[in-house]
Amino acid sequence: MATLEETTAAMEADHSLRRRDFINIAAVSFAGVGAVAVAVPLVSQMSPSADVLALASTEVDISKIAPGQAIKTSWRKQPVFIRNLTPKEIAEANAVPLSELRDPQTLAERTKPGKENWLITLGVCTHLGCVPLGTGEGENRGPFGGYFCPCHGSAYDTAARIRQGPAPLNLQVPEYNFNSDTVVTIG
Amino acid sequence: MSFAWAKAYEPKTDLGRWIDERMPLPRLVYNAVGGGYPVPRNLNYGWNFGVLSGIFLTIQIVTGIILAMHYYASADGAFNSIEHIMRDVNAGWFLRYAHMNGASFFFIVVYIHIFRGLFYGSYKAPRELVWMLGLVIYLLMMATAFMGYVLPWGQMSYWGAQVITGFFSAFPLVGEPIRVWLLGGYAPDQAALTRFFSLHYLLPFVIAGVVILHIWSLHIPGSNNPTGVDVKSEKDTLPFHPFYTAKDGWFAGLFVTLYAAVLYFAPNMLGHPDNYIPANPLATPAHIVPEWYFWPFYAILRAFTVDFILPAKLWGVLAMFSSILLLFFLPWLDKSPVRSGSYRPVFRVFFWILVGDVLLLGLCGMKPAEQPWVALSQLAAAYYFAHFLIILPLISKFETPLPLPNSISESVLHGETQEAAPAGLKPAPAQ
Amino acid sequence: MVRIIGFLVGLGFAGVLLISLVVNLVGYVQSPPEPTAEHEFHREPKELHLASNGPFGKFDRQQVQRGYQVYKEVCSACHSMNLVAYRNLADLGYSEAEVKAEAAQHEVPGINPETGEVSTRKALPSDHFPAPYANETAARAANNNALPPDLSLIAKAREGGPAYVYSLLTGFQNQPAELIRKFPSAKTPPGLHYNPYFANLNLAMAPPLTSEGQVTYADGTKSTVDQMAKDVAAFLVWTAEPKLESRHRYGITALVFLIIATILGYLSYRNIWADAKRKVAPKGPLKPESKAKRSRAKAKAGITG
Repeated sequence: MATLEETTAAMEADHSLRRRDFINIAAVSFAGVGAVAVAVPLVSQMSPSADVLALASTEVDISKIAPGQAIKTSWRKQPVFIRNLTPKEIAEANAVPLSELRDPQTLAERTKPGKENWLITLGVCTHLGCVPLGTGEGENRGPFGGYFCPCHGSAYDTAARIRQGPAPLNLQVPEYNFNSDTVVTIG
Repeated sequence: MSFAWAKAYEPKTDLGRWIDERMPLPRLVYNAVGGGYPVPRNLNYGWNFGVLSGIFLTIQIVTGIILAMHYYASADGAFNSIEHIMRDVNAGWFLRYAHMNGASFFFIVVYIHIFRGLFYGSYKAPRELVWMLGLVIYLLMMATAFMGYVLPWGQMSYWGAQVITGFFSAFPLVGEPIRVWLLGGYAPDQAALTRFFSLHYLLPFVIAGVVILHIWSLHIPGSNNPTGVDVKSEKDTLPFHPFYTAKDGWFAGLFVTLYAAVLYFAPNMLGHPDNYIPANPLATPAHIVPEWYFWPFYAILRAFTVDFILPAKLWGVLAMFSSILLLFFLPWLDKSPVRSGSYRPVFRVFFWILVGDVLLLGLCGMKPAEQPWVALSQLAAAYYFAHFLIILPLISKFETPLPLPNSISESVLHGETQEAAPAGLKPAPAQ
Repeated sequence: MVRIIGFLVGLGFAGVLLISLVVNLVGYVQSPPEPTAEHEFHREPKELHLASNGPFGKFDRQQVQRGYQVYKEVCSACHSMNLVAYRNLADLGYSEAEVKAEAAQHEVPGINPETGEVSTRKALPSDHFPAPYANETAARAANNNALPPDLSLIAKAREGGPAYVYSLLTGFQNQPAELIRKFPSAKTPPGLHYNPYFANLNLAMAPPLTSEGQVTYADGTKSTVDQMAKDVAAFLVWTAEPKLESRHRYGITALVFLIIATILGYLSYRNIWADAKRKVAPKGPLKPESKAKRSRAKAKAGITG
């Protein structure tokens, strides 16, 4: 067994051969990869859970909505307006030149072919998020006969497009599909 | 704070110097766990368990904070919120099992850490405060674990809460009012659940604070070592980094592998099936048992079956609390000038008897209160108190310890067969 | 001071414990505990080999689907399963359309959208399995004051898990004559059923699986009582631990990774420590010969003390 002095001397000599930093770097890198791998579930757990995703689409029965009527329903915990447009309302919407619109869109672009009378939009004002009036009987439908937001005066037309007031965009049209003439799946 | 030969922190970058002049945190870290902290060179794996405890505390805090994002602290909804975590939350099952088994592994690691301290005399001067702060950490861990186990609101959660808060009613006059005050009601219910959730979230951060004090008070005298002999010169130590960072690192990998094996392949092994039954205040489980890390204390509690001056229930509660509180006095009960059990042959024998005794108490705590377990727990509990309060003080008075090596480096460099040679001289060739 | 008080406290606790021990032993000798019927006649669960057993277990989807059929046609009359949703059935291999159709066969509590009265509606995939009874009182009223437990977690909530469920379902039998002879007071009361796999031996549930062919399996497997019991046990493992398969999968990856990381860590440790002399602390007393050698060497070198 050598003394401390001797072994230190030997160590200096062996320096170049023994200094295999490679293994140390390999070990630390592996640990690093592990740390990143562990971080993945820690971050993904905040994404919507399976039960929330299951409620991501809702079916609505529209058979009871007469022309000129609208209902308010819920989809992904947000209000949705489903309106059965009258021919007069459809004509009014089509008569508006696109150049007059802040967010130009035709009624045809906002409805499904063959079902132009069904206007399905989110009931969330695109200004700061209030729920506009106009779905219920007797509610204020604003100067353009569509929806009216009482918070800051945004007025939407019969195609739920923004015509007046601070809102920048038309009421959002969600993804939806007609399963039949009477049932729509939203989302 | 440290030894004279400790390497000094020298910031190598401009940014490093800038920070060092304003808030020397990197310097603090360097002096605590970096190249600037000399550690005895002869530490064995018993010294890895402090860092491991810190790792598991971190795991518990991280998984716990995340679980709290999904947990719902209501008597009606808590159980279902846990199942929501297990079934619907992304990676929820992983987080829940990690937290559940992390608690068990935290206790395994801390128990080994404590027994290391008992064997090597780490509680002796000048480290009495390190020891006592450690006991404070242990008490906080027990409170945290108890409250955490109540949160799923399963049968064992509820009935465990009933039993443990029931302890207080053993105390005459003030006991029952204290119990009702703790619970916020007459039985564990919504009030108790929400406050346990709040405190369960709080206490780990208190633990973290006490851990900092624990490490600070350790770093004043420096770490103990298996010989119990003080550090005398630079030859006795090695800088913490890279030597002990490497040793702690690989051993942590080993332990985390064990932890992962349990988490992924036997996640309910250490738990009790009854906690998968929603709490029912009207139906008591056949056998109420706490989690395994409380079993020895449960055995001590139930060992007292006879009223003698005081009611048996009160004896049980007093003994259970005393079994931990007496450890605070250990540095003054065991006055042997020799620290390490390696050089105390009589002490060593009783140490291993104590280990067996605690394991036996654990076994008794798990079993129903029938014979022969009650009789065994009575014997084992009697030995436990005798060990610390009667036997150890006597041993430390009358034992003849073995001669100590002059220094750590002498014992390390010359090895067992070379102890004949005094340090500095060329030793005789090995036999 | 500390030691004196400690000594007395120690004597106190140890003393009271020894008194307790003596009283305990005397009591035991004088009146040993009576043997009970449960102690003697209770049986541990039979062995059950499921595909999900073991660290590499996977679900046998066919079997779990059969088990679902048993639950639906037999057990769901009395037992709720409120933690499982219809959408979870997709894990068993049912398509989205099949899941929707399955859900639509069941009714869940709802409100009449026009009148607001309490009524029922067709279940959606997002709905959980509806309970057979409105509340505990109704459940007890219909079952001789016994409450059929929810089965979602039953495979984890009972000692023995699926083996226990299987043993219980196939364990109904007549009370052995020996038991009635030895413990006449433990005769099965009317309304209960003898089952040695149940802790109290007498179960409120009547044998639910009584005859072969009780359920006609969609996949044509012969539905003996034994088969149905096994299948429903397998199904209950899935309802209790739907994430079992992915847990095992991730586990293997994690363990392989961790073992490699640990080995690398160990090699790195050995590399760093290679030049640092350290040995395990001395294990034993100085040998007398070594002691003698030491004093001779010291004397020779002229070192005193």
